[in-house]
Amino acid sequence: MSNKTLFLQGNAVCVEAALYAGLDFFAGYPITPSTEIAELLSLKLPRKGGKFIQMEDEIASMCAIIGASLTGLKSMTATSGPGFSLKQEAIGYAVMTEIPCVIVNVQRGGPSTGLPTSPSQGDVMQARWGTHGDHSIITLTASNHQDVFAMTVEAFNLAETYRTPVILLFDEVIGHMREKLQMPDPEDIPLVERLWTSVKEGTDFHPYLPREDGRLPMSDFGGIHRYNVTGLIHDMWGFPSNKPDVAHGLMHHLVDKIENRVHEITRYKEFFLDDAECILISYGSAARSALHVVESRRARGEALGLLELQTLWPFPAEVVRKRCAHAKYLLVVELNMGQILQEVKKAVMDPEKVFLSNKIDGTFITPTDIRNVLRLIQGKGV
Amino acid sequence: MARTRIIFSGSGGQGVITASIILAEAAALHEGQNAVQAQSYGPEARGGATRADVILSDEEIRFPKVTQPNILICLTQEAYNKFSWIIRPGGLLLTDSHFVIQERKVDARQVEMGMYKAVMQEIGRPIVFNICMLGTLIGLTRLVRPESIMEVLEERVPGDFLDMNRQALELGLSVASSSA
Repeated sequence: MSNKTLFLQGNAVCVEAALYAGLDFFAGYPITPSTEIAELLSLKLPRKGGKFIQMEDEIASMCAIIGASLTGLKSMTATSGPGFSLKQEAIGYAVMTEIPCVIVNVQRGGPSTGLPTSPSQGDVMQARWGTHGDHSIITLTASNHQDVFAMTVEAFNLAETYRTPVILLFDEVIGHMREKLQMPDPEDIPLVERLWTSVKEGTDFHPYLPREDGRLPMSDFGGIHRYNVTGLIHDMWGFPSNKPDVAHGLMHHLVDKIENRVHEITRYKEFFLDDAECILISYGSAARSALHVVESRRARGEALGLLELQTLWPFPAEVVRKRCAHAKYLLVVELNMGQILQEVKKAVMDPEKVFLSNKIDGTFITPTDIRNVLRLIQGKGV
Repeated sequence: MARTRIIFSGSGGQGVITASIILAEAAALHEGQNAVQAQSYGPEARGGATRADVILSDEEIRFPKVTQPNILICLTQEAYNKFSWIIRPGGLLLTDSHFVIQERKVDARQVEMGMYKAVMQEIGRPIVFNICMLGTLIGLTRLVRPESIMEVLEERVPGDFLDMNRQALELGLSVASSSA
């Protein structure tokens, strides 16, 4: 860790981290509360030799980063709810064509244009299932600026490793609040670079033929190899196919490459879990209020703990099940109507012990909000 | 546990949010404290009600918003009417006499200062009103040293405007000391 301490908004931290991770190309269309990401990158990215384009809309932005990535550039876009909806079709294309890219969604209140300047975590399920068809995807989040940095770098690393779009699901509170960031030195966090094919020019290159370890080396589009890229079900050449065995194999590949590696992709933090009778499960900004409650109750001797999820998708069901098995009850704290609540209920053996503390009115959930639900669960009234 | 919770409130364009950032940054980067700054605002760029929350602490700060401030600064009557009742008992409520009439009795030390008037008389540029207000605030509370504020200003303010900002900060400090 360097001695360089910065005092930044979460959106600015995301920018610093993207540059650290080797971002080459950004295309976006500004929208509150993500605008600072585009604004800062328009200044900083060209200075380090990268390209910044403000596109005509969110759909074009998403398509632009897919194209840029296919030519070998680390690419990112940033948006919020309404823009995230527009990007969904192209996100599906990136899933199908296995093109690495990072999509930041600084969540605001929805649906539709909703509450532009207010916090929300209402896009958790959209990150998972926003684009159509069976698929898998990676989604990360963070509750403080040091973790925003780490998860942003992680997003680029996972995108390259698994050749998949990775969604960074932040929210208005994290995006706009300022706190310290201890800027990591260049070597502190390992970076995953593009895996290029070793197939020589003039030799057949199969863009969708996995190596033994399951990874798919890439060749910069427009470079030394000719190959096809399509959103249709395709064979190892990248050409459309409707053969059942090809379709079956590709669908399994797309899902299994992520779902079979949940333990490698899962990032989480735990606080006082070992003897906790009540475990709060939270993520993103809401985890700050949850941790406030846990720490103040611990100081009074109460056995509370916090499981903070940083990987939301693929959902770390095994971690939740194992780490929470001994708790008498679980309280999911989130800024939506219970999107992660349902995943927690599916993950644990006894779903009736899972409760929800949420906030959906555009204000941020307070420790008092959480304590009131705790009192209800404990039969103490509010 | 030393923890100070501050709300700056006023209207868009008064520099309320900028002042809150400068204070938090001074504490975080130049005084070794932990600081979190958060703001809430409407869709308007100017004229809307603005509010910025700052928490300063020796310990980690989890919940980033202020529900009950120790220190409340209200720079419009609307802000005063909206927020004056949430101050912590025994806290400090600072207003500017040009913008606010303190018409309520609250369980706090209410201080009314002629910061805007002083800026217009001595400097003649309302753009540094927020820095004068910061000077008065730290003069009254010693939250951070004036040198730390100046270090932040040297980073943030274009060279040509630095002297005017220094003057406004010192003016604010003298407004605070004249009331003592």
